[in-house]
Formats: sequence, C-alpha cells, structure tokens
Amino acid sequence: MKIKDIMRNGLITENPVLVMMLGMCPTLAVTTAASNGIGMGLSTTAVLVMSNLFISLLRNIIPDKVRIPAYIVIIASFVTIIGMLLKAYVPALDEALGIYIPLIVVNCVILARAEAFAAKNTPVYAILDGIFMGLGFTIGLTIIAAFRELLGNGTVFGIHVMPASYEPISIFVLAPGAFFVLAMLTAIQNKLGLKSATNKKEDESEGCAGCSGCKPKKKRAKADEKGATAC
Amino acid sequence: MLRDFLVILVGSSLINNVILSQFLGICPFLGVSKKIETAKGMGGAVVFVLTLSSLFTSILYKFLLLPLGLDYLQTIVFIIIIAALVQFVEMFLKKAMPPLYQALGVFLPLITTNCAVLGVALINVQKEYNILLSTFNGLSTSIGFAIALIIMAGLREKIEHNPIPKAFQGTPIVLVTAGFMAIAFLGFSGLIR
Repeated sequence: MKIKDIMRNGLITENPVLVMMLGMCPTLAVTTAASNGIGMGLSTTAVLVMSNLFISLLRNIIPDKVRIPAYIVIIASFVTIIGMLLKAYVPALDEALGIYIPLIVVNCVILARAEAFAAKNTPVYAILDGIFMGLGFTIGLTIIAAFRELLGNGTVFGIHVMPASYEPISIFVLAPGAFFVLAMLTAIQNKLGLKSATNKKEDESEGCAGCSGCKPKKKRAKADEKGATAC
Repeated sequence: MLRDFLVILVGSSLINNVILSQFLGICPFLGVSKKIETAKGMGGAVVFVLTLSSLFTSILYKFLLLPLGLDYLQTIVFIIIIAALVQFVEMFLKKAMPPLYQALGVFLPLITTNCAVLGVALINVQKEYNILLSTFNGLSTSIGFAIALIIMAGLREKIEHNPIPKAFQGTPIVLVTAGFMAIAFLGFSGLIR
C-alpha cells in the first residue's frame, strides 16, 4: 500500500516541479529543449536515488546536529560522480547542461527529500521515493521544456511538429520565455485553485517558490542555518 | 588588463545577469523583493558574501586543489567552504561590526541558500580567471544581482496598487514582470561583441 502512496506523492500530489515548485534554477535554466529537460531530470533522479539510499542507510549514525552538512557532502559526492559519468559517456548533454550539473548540489528537491523522507524511512522505501520524486521532477521539466521548444522552435525533441508556415516565437527559448511559461503555469494553478506552493495566501508563502531556502518555515528554519542549499 | 576588468564588469552584471539570464538565485529574487528596503539589505549582503567567497574559493582552487590534482572535487570543497564562510562572516560581523550586522544579519543565513554563490565559484573555474579576476567577477555578478533585485522591488511596490486579474495575483505577476525585465536586459547583449 505504501508503495502506491510514494508513487502518487512523487508523480502527482507532491510533484517537485509542478506542485512544490522546488529546484527553480534548473527548471528555468535548462528547459530550452525537451531533450535537455529529460537529461537534467534523469541526472537529478540518479543523484536523488543514490543520496536517498545512503542517507537512509546512515540515518541512525549521522548525529542530528550535523545532519545537514553531512547530507550535503553525500549529495555533493554523488553529483560529482554523475557529472564525471555524463562527461565521459554523454558529452553532448554535459555540454548542453554545463554549469547546471554541479549545481544539482543546491537543488532543493534533493535536500528536501533527504530531510523529509530518507532520514525517516528504510532504504527500500527511500530508493522508491527517490525514483518517483525524480521521475516527477523529470516529467515536470520535460513538459515545460517541450512547451518552450514547441513555441520557440516549432519542434519537440528536435522533430518538427508545427506546420512549416509557423514562425517560431524565439523569445520562448531565450531567458525571458522561461519566466513567461512559469508565470502561465502558476496563473493556471491559481485560476483552478489547485494545491501548489505558490497558491497560498500572500503573507503565508512570501511568494517564495517553496524552496527550503527563503523564508524558512519553522520546521525548516533549523535546516537552513547550516544548509548551503536550495536554488 | 583594464579591458579585462571592464568586460567582466559589464558582462557579469548586465549582459549575463545572474538572475535574469542565468537563473541563479531565483528564490531570494522572488522572496525578498517585496520592499526596496529589504531588497537593498539583501543586495548588500550578497555583494559582501559573493565577493568574499569568490576570493576564498579561487585561492583554495589555485593553491590546494590544482597542485594536488584534486580539481574534480571542486563541487564538494566549494559548497563546504561557502557554508563555513557564511557562518564565519555572520559571527565576525556580530562581534566586530554590530551596525553592519544589524543591517545585513537577517539576510546572511538566506545567502547560503543561494545557488548564485556556488554558481559563480564554478564559473570562475570554468573561465580560468586568476584570483584577482575571480574576486572581481564575484563583485560584478553580485552587483548585477543587487541591481535586478532592487529594480524588481521597486516594480513590485508599484504593482501593489494596480488592478491585477485574480489569477495573476501573487507569484504569476512577479514572474511576468521578471520576464519583461529579462527582455530589457537582453538589450545589453550588444554592449560587448
């Protein structure tokens, strides 16, 4: 039963991109093409699964007071490993994602899952949570990226979809397009009254995109003191 | 030499603005841009920490990681350095410069949670800047951050009084505004060929 819950959580109810609005930097920065979205999503998934596994294994050993720095070191190690693997086996993707690969370290999705799930659950569940949260992240990124690529380039995954007469709105693959697409997404969520990190009373959320970073909630406040995280 | 500095200043603060074109540090940009006063405080604190962290990370990279052939560990080392640095800066300011701590103190813990700091350290390595240029790049980048943050805060103070469609209230209108700012900043890209 629990597996079903983890699955639904990661993919739908707590989708990191579309609902929780975690990890905004990669969400905005690398979603210029659908293939980049998938690449970034899967790299993050790999880091998330490994860090969840190790944090879960070590959860009774790591002292509570230094847990955030310990998590960060674990996460940074796996990011380094993934970065090297990408450089060796998928150089084109490494080139396209550039500096945003090492910046997976400060992606708040990963620390948020470590703190909220992996530190409290057994390794098997932690791995599952990592897989489904990662897939949720990948799906969110890919949807945004496909949308931007379609409008800005007339293609999806490099395949021409729009009719030849379509004049691409190239602003959508440039930086401003990222803001506009995300603005539309949050506006739709507002309109439909969907549950999302940005869809709250003004003073409650401070407009902070739900990152564990800014305007920490009580629970997260302690984490932030030591944690060099969040986008 | 002077030309290098000028190129970095214009390039890092305006053309490749850290928020509007690199998307680093989006959270404080959305979260702390409600009032010009707080935006100024946050901007000041970021200038301070980013310049210092660029200096420290580039020194460490040059004199420790490179000679030992450990440059692949840069991500891990940098993130630890930055976290530690912010703690030390906070403690130091509290003891030595209470007025400055009063002004910046609240924002310091928020800065650790800012990927611009790690991002700039990595960019410095990527572009192979020496220590002086790295520090200057940190300064320029953080000035760009402060510029974008303060402009945004000014715009948001005005937006408050406008009739905004219900669906766009809150985050969406801020993102739309950021999009228009990003378009405006695209105009700078002709400054350096």
